[in-house]
Amino acid sequence: MSAFVALLRRDLVLSYRQGIDAWVVVLFFLAAGILFPFAIGPEPNALMRVSTGVVLSMAALAALLSLDRLYQNDFEDGSLDLMALGPLPLELAALAKALAHWLSTGLPLLVAAPLLALMLNAPAESYGPMLLALALATPALSLLGGLGAALTLGSRRGGILLTLLILPLYVPVLIFAAGIISRSLLLEGDPTGALLLLCGLDLGLLAITPWATAAALRQALR
Amino acid sequence: MATAFNLHRFANPGRFLRLASALLPWLTGGAAVLFAIGLYLALVGSPPDYQQGDTVRIMYIHVPSAWMAMMGYALLGAAGASALIWRHPLADVAGEAIAPVGAGFTFVALATGALWGKPTWGTYWVWDARLTSFLVLFFLYVGHIALTHAFDDRQRGRRSAAIIAIVGLINLPIIKYSVDWWNTLHQSESILRMDGPSIHPAMLWPLFVMIAAFTLYFFAVVVTRMKAMLLEARHRAAAFAR
Repeated sequence: MSAFVALLRRDLVLSYRQGIDAWVVVLFFLAAGILFPFAIGPEPNALMRVSTGVVLSMAALAALLSLDRLYQNDFEDGSLDLMALGPLPLELAALAKALAHWLSTGLPLLVAAPLLALMLNAPAESYGPMLLALALATPALSLLGGLGAALTLGSRRGGILLTLLILPLYVPVLIFAAGIISRSLLLEGDPTGALLLLCGLDLGLLAITPWATAAALRQALR
Repeated sequence: MATAFNLHRFANPGRFLRLASALLPWLTGGAAVLFAIGLYLALVGSPPDYQQGDTVRIMYIHVPSAWMAMMGYALLGAAGASALIWRHPLADVAGEAIAPVGAGFTFVALATGALWGKPTWGTYWVWDARLTSFLVLFFLYVGHIALTHAFDDRQRGRRSAAIIAIVGLINLPIIKYSVDWWNTLHQSESILRMDGPSIHPAMLWPLFVMIAAFTLYFFAVVVTRMKAMLLEARHRAAAFAR
């Protein structure tokens, strides 16, 4: 367990000291979201209609685009070999990396989401469900993304390939997250079903992805 | 693995190549004969639909393609599993051979579906649950192919693709379920159900023949691709040895 915490702390310290990297993700998220008013027009009702959907999908893109360096530096400087040889099972190391990714990008996105929602004229009652949906969706994205980062490690076009691989797998997460928001906004709507489904998906991914990620890392290290 | 169904007997590429060469004429010949019968029955022999008229004949291409697309991904997942668990040397090759064929059939199913949708539903594309999950399936195939070819080391690409094939196979039911759930949530369009009366035998038989023809064709193409890849590897090894 101490090795797990040590790895987690190392990754967090690294991302904190390279502070601009975490900011870049948030800035990308905002900049990409701000494209929408230019593309569909500034009409408040049109923006309101798409606001939370834009926030969800831009959060997905921002988190995905930040993933291609997740294992790359460790792979290049040999830290990854050390992790594979160390006492911590590679599965747990993969879990620690995914958790570190969530803490360093998922949480900042969660903080920035209301700002983007505000600029897109999201209805006031949608903020709570949107944050809840994002809080549950971003861990799934970090877990799936960690798998994608491990699979594409050392490939010729890492980032874009990772996005192509992981986006189809992200469809259910996005559907349930959007379901939480839209069902909360309905009169007498009940988001419990979507909430439980998304939690179940998170747990399922928590059980599966560390194994698959570790298998992918072993392929990369062979 | 001392069972009657011991796939490791075919782990020897030479033995597989001999078997493939013996099998291929039957697969291609069978596909050709069944296509001749099936296409005649589908285009001439079967009656037009009482509502859709002759457009119903798109079904004889559309439905078999969709079956092949799903069977292809199941085989891809199985090949990935046997590549990773039993390190079966042919499973890597099989995965690389199956993926483009499955992607092709998925594309055919989507394209014929769009062409069929225009006269019957009045639109090429709707975000119906089935269409959406097939689109996602297509992207899963494309991701698999892209990953296979993303590395300079061929084996690395195949093994990584095997992992994504298994993950995709686990995810497919979840995707299918979630998309069904999503569509019922947003159910505001008119009812786009085409399963009116169950299919009449006069249409069912041509469909069965076409499915059989597609299946034989699928395996003929996959076995040919595997054979070509194995011969290429052998050729490369011989070129290096010289």
